[in-house]
Amino acid sequence: MTSPTISVPATTESASGSPLLSIRNVAKNFGHNVVLRDISLDIAPGEFLSILGESGSGKTTLLRIIAGFETASSGELWMAGARIDHQPPYRRPVNTVFQNYALFPHLSVEENVGYGLRVARRPAAEIVQRVSEALDKVKMTAHAKKKPSKISGGQQQRVALARALVNRPQLLLLDEPLSALDANLRRQMQLELKSLQREVGIAFVFVTHDQEEAMVMSDRIALLRSGELEQVATPREIYSRPATAYVAQFLGQTNLLKGEVRSGLARCGALSWPVSLRDGPAIFSLRPEHLRLEGAEDLPFAVQIRGRVIHQAFHGPTESIRVQCGDGLVLLMRAPSGHVPNGEVSLEFSPADAIPVRESPERI
Amino acid sequence: MFSRTYRMLVTVPPLAWVAVFLLVPYGLMFCYSFWSVSSLQTIVHSWNLKNYQELLQKPVYWETLLRSMWIAVRVMLFSLFLGYPLAYFLSFHAGKRKDLLYQMVIIPLWVSYLVRAYAWKTILGSDGVLNALLERIHLTHHPVEFLLYSPFAVVLTLTHIYTPFTFLPIYAALEHIPRNLIEASHDLGANSAQTFWKIIFPLSIPGVLAGATFAFVLSLGDFLAPLLLGGPSGIMISNVVVSLFGAAYNWPLGAAIAFCMLLLVVSLLFLSERLEKKWSFS
Repeated sequence: MTSPTISVPATTESASGSPLLSIRNVAKNFGHNVVLRDISLDIAPGEFLSILGESGSGKTTLLRIIAGFETASSGELWMAGARIDHQPPYRRPVNTVFQNYALFPHLSVEENVGYGLRVARRPAAEIVQRVSEALDKVKMTAHAKKKPSKISGGQQQRVALARALVNRPQLLLLDEPLSALDANLRRQMQLELKSLQREVGIAFVFVTHDQEEAMVMSDRIALLRSGELEQVATPREIYSRPATAYVAQFLGQTNLLKGEVRSGLARCGALSWPVSLRDGPAIFSLRPEHLRLEGAEDLPFAVQIRGRVIHQAFHGPTESIRVQCGDGLVLLMRAPSGHVPNGEVSLEFSPADAIPVRESPERI
Repeated sequence: MFSRTYRMLVTVPPLAWVAVFLLVPYGLMFCYSFWSVSSLQTIVHSWNLKNYQELLQKPVYWETLLRSMWIAVRVMLFSLFLGYPLAYFLSFHAGKRKDLLYQMVIIPLWVSYLVRAYAWKTILGSDGVLNALLERIHLTHHPVEFLLYSPFAVVLTLTHIYTPFTFLPIYAALEHIPRNLIEASHDLGANSAQTFWKIIFPLSIPGVLAGATFAFVLSLGDFLAPLLLGGPSGIMISNVVVSLFGAAYNWPLGAAIAFCMLLLVVSLLFLSERLEKKWSFS
């Protein structure tokens, strides 16, 4: 195979110049079980890229292939002009932060952090210097002499990060590093991790199943579904211009309107609005926040729907309602708290907010 | 939490067992070690330290003890050198054959000790399997005599018998090492040898200590292998105890030796447990 069989739609190539890591047509199967199909993806120097997907989507396998713990069944990995997929993990210029941190239990915090430098036989003075800098960076200097079992999960997380960063890799791989932390600590670590990444300027490949985490932290998100790349784009773009119905549903909530396009008019049940698309069946994604109460704002060419509120949920800053609109169409609407009606309602949306999405990624 | 009756039911039988079958016999043995045998071959219940003095003064006893310890040390080392690589291979590289190979290591434990000791007698004897083979391939023209009835035969047999006991705790320790630690080590730039010496081996030390203790303690107290295969030069301390309690009819001296061995073994077990704790990280 010479060219990818999936075109990754609507990709913003943040990479100007040569990529740091180039994943070319990587596939992986365990026996008959296909885990990854034909993944091609470039990672730019200094980029924060999230690999997002449900469990079983192959995201961890992809990370393990980059790290060298698994070998791809086919395809190539290129890094800084050299092919690395035949190199053992210890020769690759990447480091990993493991899901459960994988700190060495018999070594102290500082011995853990200094491990990579010691096996690389760096001079003792340099090791001491770099370890103390790394511990300082993650605010763990006070715990340097402790064994990993004596520090908390969040602290272990920081040590794992310091242990990887101290080696100054060109690329850091993170396998759901925050999933073991509780919600508050997790949000705090998201911010710390992001600012640390900007500070050190190392490219991060961050595996997560949490779409919000991916959106908050990433420069780009690569969404994996059943071993295939569904879309690779910036968080804004992937949210506002989802390429497929799956992407639209996975990142945030959406209303999928299934219908058809005929002579410049989209029809979905009783609704219709003008579009500039070719004729044929079509799916549109309409975000709940793009549905408004009729007359609340001046929307030109608004599409109007009447319906009845059947469910209401309070989220704090916003509230959401489910509206039964006839023809079995149920729409989800989200509005600032206190602005949500009850009973019979009349909703509207701008045709520009109904984003056409594909059923599945386009194939060549 | 539990009723009084329940607690009595679960605690009394084991405690009674320990008291009747362990504490009482040990107590009796301890008493015997201070008594003596009269010229009329009866045991006199007069308290003295004569037996312990005799132990220190007569080289035959402490030399035999030292030789037994030296045999036990060799068995320990050989079974570690055999057991560790085997356990390492099974734990890390055996793949699908792991369970089968594990069973094959365990099965010899179900075979009677005597059968295994006699098997070595058949192999090592002057008209045994090994000598026949050596002559067949013209390496020797006369039976090699020193194979059987020597400390060598004892060490060989005990190593064969106790290697599974060394293998098991090492294997358990290796199995408990989280595999992502090994990946983390490789990820941080360590090759396989570095990973072994810096991560795998230190984390398997509790298993090594337990295995070494098993091999040493069990070999030190062994009396069948030296009896069957040791000959005069392969006599071990337990054979001395057995003969003192038997033909020599000197229970007090036998008890004194037995008590010294008990003390030695208990302090070893204590030490080994302390070390294992020091090297275990959960």
